[in-house]
Amino acid sequence: MSGTFVGMPAFPSAAREALQDDQLRRNLANATGVIRTKRAEVVDEVDNWEELRVAGAAIKDEVLLHLDEYLIELEASLTAAGAAVHWARDADEACQIVGDIAADHEVDEVVKVKSMATQEIGLNERLAQRGISAWETDLAELIVQLGDDLPSHILVPAIHRNRDEIRDIFVESMASAGKPAPDGLTNDPAALANASRLHLREKFMRAKMAVSGANFAVADTGTLVVVESEGNGRMCLTLPEVLVSVVGIEKIVPSWEDLDVFLQTLPRSSTGERMNPYTSTWSGVNDADGPQEVHVVLLDNGRTRALADEVGRQALRCIRCSACLNACPVYERTGGKAYGSVYPGPIGAILNPLMKGVGVDEQTDSLPYASSLCGACYDVCPVAIDIPSVLVELRTQVVDSHRGGAPDAFGAAMAGAAVSFGSPLPWKTVVLATGWAGRLSGPLAGRVRSSALKNVPGAAGAWAGARDIPALPKESFRAWMKRTGGQE
Amino acid sequence: MVTCINDAFFPETGKAVLRLLQRLGVAVDFPEAQTCCGQPMVNTGYIDEAVPAVRQFTKAFAGYDAIVTPSGSCAGSARHQHKLVAERSGEVGLADAVAEVSPRVYELSEFLVDVLGVTDVGAAFPHKVTYHPTCHSLRMLGVGERPLQLLRAVRDIDLVELPAADQCCGFGGTFAVKNSAVSTAMGQDKIDHVASTGAEYLVAGDNSCLMHIGGMMSRQSTGVQTIHLAQILASTKVMAQ
Repeated sequence: MSGTFVGMPAFPSAAREALQDDQLRRNLANATGVIRTKRAEVVDEVDNWEELRVAGAAIKDEVLLHLDEYLIELEASLTAAGAAVHWARDADEACQIVGDIAADHEVDEVVKVKSMATQEIGLNERLAQRGISAWETDLAELIVQLGDDLPSHILVPAIHRNRDEIRDIFVESMASAGKPAPDGLTNDPAALANASRLHLREKFMRAKMAVSGANFAVADTGTLVVVESEGNGRMCLTLPEVLVSVVGIEKIVPSWEDLDVFLQTLPRSSTGERMNPYTSTWSGVNDADGPQEVHVVLLDNGRTRALADEVGRQALRCIRCSACLNACPVYERTGGKAYGSVYPGPIGAILNPLMKGVGVDEQTDSLPYASSLCGACYDVCPVAIDIPSVLVELRTQVVDSHRGGAPDAFGAAMAGAAVSFGSPLPWKTVVLATGWAGRLSGPLAGRVRSSALKNVPGAAGAWAGARDIPALPKESFRAWMKRTGGQE
Repeated sequence: MVTCINDAFFPETGKAVLRLLQRLGVAVDFPEAQTCCGQPMVNTGYIDEAVPAVRQFTKAFAGYDAIVTPSGSCAGSARHQHKLVAERSGEVGLADAVAEVSPRVYELSEFLVDVLGVTDVGAAFPHKVTYHPTCHSLRMLGVGERPLQLLRAVRDIDLVELPAADQCCGFGGTFAVKNSAVSTAMGQDKIDHVASTGAEYLVAGDNSCLMHIGGMMSRQSTGVQTIHLAQILASTKVMAQ
């Protein structure tokens, strides 16, 4: 991935631009619709799904509330198993650590297992600055990387591409990154998969160092777990001599038994499969096989900031399944790039402000508003993150961070609402005025009135751009009650 | 609770609730001191600005057995958000007042089915109708099948299923203006689904969502009318012979 999210505009304008792309909207509606249906089928067949959700949330909450103790335990068990443990406060430190390990081994390339943590810290770009090529080996990540593109989904980062586009990317770009695409490559899915297999196999066999993330880190056994579908992860985790895993500090589960819950909920929630094809686990170094040097970089990068937020900390339960993206009607229309982060969709709308803090930049502050609060995300979340409530809490924090300055149009309107609704008289006056307006405007049709408002700046124009305003009644409900006593 | 939006913009819905409940033998009062539940402020992040509305809400509705409202969204606000507002305000007595009032707030279909125990309310509505379950009714309150149970019992109604009914219409309160492009893109899919049913009326339990969907349908002259659930349930007009 060589694109960057840095400098992205705030959500409303990025979304408006994304909505212009009809091809993108068709690809997204199709793809999210298919995954939604698959997920619903395999979730419905689990009798105790609600119990699994609650159990998953409880396991994660236990870890988050005692994170200091679990991190020490994880470090000790990893070290005992022969892994080297590194601590990274932020993206800079983490990238420096990984780059230094590569430099120590004098490698100029690494193969990568799909990893949100390494995308979050911009590892590939940082390694490139040190002359090290980081090759993505997950098929969709490969498409994004070869297309000089940005990911738009957590699980299926090339969801915005269809197979014609993918064929073109392979034909144009594979040669510059290694083995070229086969002659006469078609858009047939099997042919595309085979082209990527040939291209990647060469990289797997050559690489001396691999970089991964981890879906889970088991504290008591010092075991890291990667869950994947394509087998590229298994290749990366077993073939190279050196393995470096960048792991967010919230990825801990206390014990091996706890995996039982998540290995049931994660595949069903993410790919809509009962079980994922490849689950790799490793504890440090094994003398007989696999990497002979194992590093684990424990990454904070804003997670302790999120942990300090009493309402928002539940976001750290997230197991990156992306069910909330697929269920979200906003995401389905805009795609992931509009969120300006490797974490898009509903979870991104809360994780980014929680990890980066609000009141700092306009783009981050716009994310909690990128939702109609319809609640579909909460319904599908396998660790029961109440995303709508966290969104409302973060909106409150955004507003609070701007208090004290001159209020914007919304601030002024809300201050007015506080007065209007705070006692009966002001509200009665507002309703009375509405009734007068209704009587005065009676002969005009509603659509004439609101079309005229289209170009008015602010909320009225934003409403009237595509919608008529209802014709005002001649008499409010309370005026009618007063006049008739409720008798028609 | 008629809700502020119905009071000012949709008085026919308030009248329908009154007529319906009276027909079912309920003693209905309209406390004049009611204003707004405070949801627009809370959901936009202005919690301090919602405190006066919540305070007024607890004053206006103190002492009633049940507070019935033709809005899943406003019922959800009272039941789930007022506690939050009261706690943050730190105002003496407000949290207690909220704890007293908010559990007695019912969305109309909940009150009819759960409290009164009726599904056939004696209504007649000879039209082709499709039902949109609004998000807060569906997911925040969990009203489930109740509105459909009520609609199925209406005489002469031709009730047709709305495709992708559980998808949000895109209203979302201030979302409709803060992210108007996304909001109307969602609304477009909703009205396309409505048009595909051939219904004369789109019915829902929230006039705010209907104002958005109806505003788009009116602009595009789709010919489909919006109507609140209460107005169908209050209707007794029979099929022309």
